[in-house]
Amino acid sequence: MQTLSNINVQLNDAPLDQDAFLVIDNVSKVYPTPSGPHVVLDGVNLSVREGEFVCIIGHSGCGKSTLLDMVSGFRQPTEGQVRLQSEPIVKPGPDRMVVFQNYSLLPWFTAFENIYLGIDSVWPDKPKAEKEAIARDHLALVGLAEAADKKPKQLSGGMKQRVCIARALALRPQVLILDEPFGALDPITREELQEELLKIWTEHQVTVLMITHDIDEALLLADRLVMMTNGPAAKVGEILEISFPRPRNRSRVMESPLYYELRNYALDFLYRRCAHDDVE
Amino acid sequence: MATNISTRPRSNPYAPNWGSKIIKALTNFVPTLVAIVVFLLIWQLLCSGPNATLPGPIQVLQDTWDPLIIDPFFQGDGTDQGLFWQLAASLKRVAIGYFLAAIVGIALGILVGVSTIMFRALDPIFQVLRTIPPLAWLPISLAAMRDAQPAAIFVIFITAIWPIIINTGVGVQNIPQDYNNVAKVLQLSKPKYFVKVLLPATVPYIFTGLKIAIGLSWLAIVAAEMLTGGVGIGFFIWDAYNSGAISEVILAILYVGLVGLLLDKLITFIGKLVLPED
Repeated sequence: MQTLSNINVQLNDAPLDQDAFLVIDNVSKVYPTPSGPHVVLDGVNLSVREGEFVCIIGHSGCGKSTLLDMVSGFRQPTEGQVRLQSEPIVKPGPDRMVVFQNYSLLPWFTAFENIYLGIDSVWPDKPKAEKEAIARDHLALVGLAEAADKKPKQLSGGMKQRVCIARALALRPQVLILDEPFGALDPITREELQEELLKIWTEHQVTVLMITHDIDEALLLADRLVMMTNGPAAKVGEILEISFPRPRNRSRVMESPLYYELRNYALDFLYRRCAHDDVE
Repeated sequence: MATNISTRPRSNPYAPNWGSKIIKALTNFVPTLVAIVVFLLIWQLLCSGPNATLPGPIQVLQDTWDPLIIDPFFQGDGTDQGLFWQLAASLKRVAIGYFLAAIVGIALGILVGVSTIMFRALDPIFQVLRTIPPLAWLPISLAAMRDAQPAAIFVIFITAIWPIIINTGVGVQNIPQDYNNVAKVLQLSKPKYFVKVLLPATVPYIFTGLKIAIGLSWLAIVAAEMLTGGVGIGFFIWDAYNSGAISEVILAILYVGLVGLLLDKLITFIGKLVLPED
């Protein structure tokens, strides 16, 4: 066993803070199948502070996306409850904006119109000029002021994902939910967008829940890394505190000795203790 | 030897010039032309014997040149009209029936696409009714309307509506889940969802239905008019056949084909204008 001198790990039997900003309270998800019930998640507990950046990591099929779907409201837990500011989540809404991996921009609208659509839906009574200003500001925030009138087909993958982030942030969500947002991007674009997200999060202090497959991404961005056990019947295995001082930048994080301890700890969890049976 | 540097602006070798464009058009057109000539030759050969029952192409041209081909705008009494007016009368019936079918068909298609209950209720009925041949509707239509003109229009309507309903319904059901998820997160109002997500996502399917429908309408009108009479290309063909003017029948059939092609191109063209470009 490793010495945990510098590493702060929260085990899954820690008591749940019932009054936290976002509470995932003993959530289970079971799907009935012809061959009996299929348990995807089994008693997941997690509390998230306001303004916290939480990454969730785990092998494919461990129900990470199912868990986030219950925070965004697309699915309901079979047992347990997800609460945002003590209110149970029952349906999707603009207070919990989702950035999907596959962009989900409407192809018949320009970048600007895609962002404006959300603003217009959430604040129908604001004057048009103000709504347009919000859309323009958020395009500028992600560095796409020039691309306002381009259709998604004319944008690269990285640019599309920037538009999605702008669309989400423009609605001032309480929680920003990202489901492997950079998974489909090339490594260089991915690093750029990670740094951009870090900057935006520092400025907005929005609460972020993000699924990732990339330990380095989590170590750069997150305050805590939630490591899930393997499915079926997945639960929170351990939660790793990532205590690098903020503001962070990639080189300073990577130079820290703690970086390798955390990285090795997470790798050990994922590839030894929770090794996937069907991985070669 | 003096090197002679030309200062004349030379044409960009990569820009397509008119010469090459014409050559390209010719290489596309020549095979078509050859095929037409071969077809006419075979036709002429088959119909040149003493016992031939149908006129060859030269015979058709001789018989119909004056007055049918050179004076399509001729206006006489009753059904004695130039071919332009015959076609115009048929097109007018098609236009009314098709337009009504488009409005009702798109509305019904959206209804069955959006509502599972409506789909379960209406889809089996549509599946049965759509297989009924257009002319089978004519007797009911005549009995109900008691007039040839609206009866013919109803036949067009009932022929054109099924592909429009079915394609629109499929289009609505196939709206990508991603777009619906976005609409849910943004909590788009029903009218906004309809205009900003549902319609743009469904338009390509609607136009597939409209394109199939225009072809079927044109097929149906010729048959319907043969039975209902009056001015119109269908009755013109039937009338010509009854007077033994087979050359006129053949000319009219050729025009029917050309107009059908133009109608198809017209809907494709409108579709290109309306569709969000890819």
